[in-house]
Amino acid sequence: MKPAPFEYFAPGTVDEALALLAEHGDEAKALAGGQSLIPAMNFRLARPRVLVDLNRVEALSYIRSEKGGVAIGAMTRQRAVERSDVIARGAPLVAEAMPSIAHPQIRNRGTVGGSLAHADPSAELPAVAVALETRFRARSTTGERTIVADDFFKGMLETALEPGELLVDIAFPPLPPRTGTAFLEVARRHGDYALVGVAAVVTLDAQGLCTAARIVLLSVGDGPVLAAEAGKTLMGQSRSDDLLRAVADRAANRDVDPPSDIHASAAYRRRLVAVLTRRALERAFERAETKQPRNQ
Amino acid sequence: MEPRRQIGERVRRTEDARLLTGHALFVDDVRLDGMLHVAFLRSQYAHARLVRVDATAARRRPGVVAVYTAADLGDYWRPGPLLVPPPPIAGLVFNACTQVPLAKDKLRHVGEPIAMVVAESRYLAEDALDDIVLQAEPLPAVVDLEAALRDGATRVHEHLPSNVAAHAVQRKGDYARAARGAHTVIKRRFLYDRGASAAIENRAVVAQWDPRAEELTVWDTTQAPIPIRNGLAQLLGLLQSQVRVVAPFVGGGFGPKIMMYYPEEVLVPWAAMRLGRPVKWTEDRQENFFATTQERGQIHDAEIALDKRGKILGVRDVFLHDTGAYDPYGLTVPINSQCTLLGPYEVPNYESEFTAVFTNKTIVTPVRGAGRQHGVFVIERLLDFAAKELKIDRVEIRRRNLLRPDQFPFNNEILFQDSAPLTYDSGDYEPALDQALELIDYHRFVREEQPRLRAAGRHVGIGIVCYVEGTGIGPYEGARVTVEPGPGVRVRLATGVGTQGQGHFTSFAQIVAEVLGVEVADVHVITGDTREFHWGTGTFASRGAVVAGSACHAAATRVREKILELASHELNASTADLVLAGGKVHVRGGDPSGGIALGALAVKANPLRGAVRPGTEPGLEATAYFGPDRGSTASGVHAMLVEVDPETAQVEIKRYVVVHDCGRVINPMIVDGQIHGGVAHGIGNAFYEQLVYDEEGQLLNASFMDYLLPTATDVPHIETAHRETRSPLNPLGAKGVGEAGAIPTGALFAQAVEDALSDTGLEICEIPLSPNQLFALIERAR
Repeated sequence: MKPAPFEYFAPGTVDEALALLAEHGDEAKALAGGQSLIPAMNFRLARPRVLVDLNRVEALSYIRSEKGGVAIGAMTRQRAVERSDVIARGAPLVAEAMPSIAHPQIRNRGTVGGSLAHADPSAELPAVAVALETRFRARSTTGERTIVADDFFKGMLETALEPGELLVDIAFPPLPPRTGTAFLEVARRHGDYALVGVAAVVTLDAQGLCTAARIVLLSVGDGPVLAAEAGKTLMGQSRSDDLLRAVADRAANRDVDPPSDIHASAAYRRRLVAVLTRRALERAFERAETKQPRNQ
Repeated sequence: MEPRRQIGERVRRTEDARLLTGHALFVDDVRLDGMLHVAFLRSQYAHARLVRVDATAARRRPGVVAVYTAADLGDYWRPGPLLVPPPPIAGLVFNACTQVPLAKDKLRHVGEPIAMVVAESRYLAEDALDDIVLQAEPLPAVVDLEAALRDGATRVHEHLPSNVAAHAVQRKGDYARAARGAHTVIKRRFLYDRGASAAIENRAVVAQWDPRAEELTVWDTTQAPIPIRNGLAQLLGLLQSQVRVVAPFVGGGFGPKIMMYYPEEVLVPWAAMRLGRPVKWTEDRQENFFATTQERGQIHDAEIALDKRGKILGVRDVFLHDTGAYDPYGLTVPINSQCTLLGPYEVPNYESEFTAVFTNKTIVTPVRGAGRQHGVFVIERLLDFAAKELKIDRVEIRRRNLLRPDQFPFNNEILFQDSAPLTYDSGDYEPALDQALELIDYHRFVREEQPRLRAAGRHVGIGIVCYVEGTGIGPYEGARVTVEPGPGVRVRLATGVGTQGQGHFTSFAQIVAEVLGVEVADVHVITGDTREFHWGTGTFASRGAVVAGSACHAAATRVREKILELASHELNASTADLVLAGGKVHVRGGDPSGGIALGALAVKANPLRGAVRPGTEPGLEATAYFGPDRGSTASGVHAMLVEVDPETAQVEIKRYVVVHDCGRVINPMIVDGQIHGGVAHGIGNAFYEQLVYDEEGQLLNASFMDYLLPTATDVPHIETAHRETRSPLNPLGAKGVGEAGAIPTGALFAQAVEDALSDTGLEICEIPLSPNQLFALIERAR
């Protein structure tokens, strides 16, 4: 379990990092917190010829309120996000999901940008990012562009980022009024990859009817899965147990085609999708009904 | 000053300061000048014919010093020894096939070593693995136990007529007749799978040949340094005294680090001698999943015959045991299953038949519990089903069948792993059951709490199971106790067993300290270094405290006699009037300050001038040995409360109670720790851990990402109570405890979860019980 030989660079600025990535093309890998890449290299499953270590690029580490929402630098440690008041107020769904990401030791090192760019279908942050319609800013030596979450995740460990392109900023837009969010997952042990997880965002009008809903599931496909059918079923409806059951059922049977693996059969995953979707929606509705989004 | 009690005290572990501050030596800490590093090329196939291994390119890689294949080993290539010959069971079939150092013509499991690369660094050695060209023809993998026994099945060992590694039948009484006269016969099929030992430290070997001293030193993470020394000496053509094996601190043994003569263990010293440079190999976690022995599955078809009051008339059990690709450890695991099934119960008629099966999987040898779990699971589940059928409370059915104190010693009339008839030395089971009931508040829970919670829609369940554990088997261990001459009090204790975290440094010191009237801190303990002590077998079968502890006691007692003898001359008093306390000998009733300190007495025991009395041995030192007639039988009762979320199949342990009887307790804190660790292992086995092989014999979860160990947050607070029914078989009255906690957990878990889900009517006949599996069972019961 020793990595194959590689060349190592530790730039101090984004521009230096981008220059290195441009120079080495797809032979280079950016190293963020290293919580996935380093084990993969030690197993020799990943054999990048060049590592561009971003840990000295201080400019990429920040959390700030921005246009009513929150912006996070790609190299911000997960632990910092977990403990941030700005996140708790501006992106409570992110705050709620953070403790489910592995263990404190891993969150001390793991970064938000690293997890999103790695795009593991069992990871919490991609699902949360899709649920919140997050905007990703990517830079390369040739320029900068913004990618919306629905376009960012392309499949198993695959994103819209091009070789030479670096994710630099993650922006969570502000939540509309009367919006409630909830995150739930079931894992074998706390901190394991989820067997199934769900991020839910529900917006209600003054009468308590649902005007917008995004339910995003993790560990049930090759990336975060937006349960569109389930979301549609909620539109214009007021909360009832029957409704939530019907929505959960739709998510489990129409929106996902979960895989079987050694930890969970497809049938078990479907059951978890139904149960967790229902439970998450109960919470999200409750929060939308009782509180303003900024003080959840 | 009066002698102070040390045995039975909650003495803090004296080794912990070294361990916690990083000053304890582990094998991987051994760094020597010019040391080379090893990586092994291992089979990716579960089963294949090995056609050719070409290491030419690897040998040319800069930094590579040597590459060895089976062909390069010459005469040194030979299968390993049969470590435990099977007991003399009438009609026994046993086919010994032991592991080979490097695969020659056939690959029999994933991870089997094919070539050894020795290089200037482990990185370079691993780079060179890619250079080795392998030609192999895949064969169908033998994975499923029942398929392995079908006619025409592919054979793991082609010189044998089938994949049968062993077949044994043991009988007591006449089960068929008992069943004919029974009120009820319950039959079920049980599957019990176990996993890896997953010690925190993987295996490691460092070897250094000193050509001037003509001495080989081997640092090895073994549980049995003395047998390894003797075996290596024989293999390498050296005198035993030319080989020193050191098992320093070892980060967990749990069975697989026993005297295995693993390929790596015999190749690293050979390479060090051949190359004239120190050589190190440290197993990485991935290798550990394939190359270190494991336990695995058994399939039991079992039945129990009872009268209408629930008295057991007999048990019949027919089971298959997966022994993996080789069977160097004989039949210890299935025989433990066979014997431990009998439990604390009176089973007048018993018929147990097993077939051990070769498969294309990693070798199976004992892992903490060593097959006992499987037996306990079968009998406890049978009793649960019988209780339901006969409408008897599950505690009551157990109570009616427990052996009574006046039945000991109790001969079960079948052979145990040590080849002696399985005889329980002593036990007092019913009070332990009652204490467990009281601690978990069984009757109130069943009558009040559970109905109330169930009415509120909660799925809560209770479990309570009994078990016995054969421990502390022979042959023997030894110890040497020396009072160090000089000012103050220092006692040295050397014993041959290795230590892997059990607290030997403290509990052995307590025994010696009590006998010699010194403080625990005054006793300097050395274990696991053959230069210090070279007679003995090792740490296994929950025998450290019982066998080595008794040897420490015997050696200390002899030294005590020498102390008193010499002191009686020095103090002009009869030995009967002398008191040994506070590190001094003084005359009873006299002023303790007038006594002689042990260090000063030791100086007098080794005079530089003058005459000594005829027959005098120098020094205050003695070596003694202890070998029990047979093993002592520990016992216990575990109880647990669980809550299950039937929607998600998640299980939460609410309470866990252990009432345990390991005879005389030397250090209650250490025994607590052993039980806590054992229960954690048991919970892992019951709920989290499983080695998942696919039909190609590939292990699908060979990392801690997918092989799930319970962590601190998954193991509940464990409430323990000790009972002390002393063993008559050793001077301490002790019984073993190392494996106890891990043994009944599966059976307990199944009973409690089944109870929590009693509204579904599901039956749990298998372990491990992941949420995925529990979900499937719930669905099936719907």
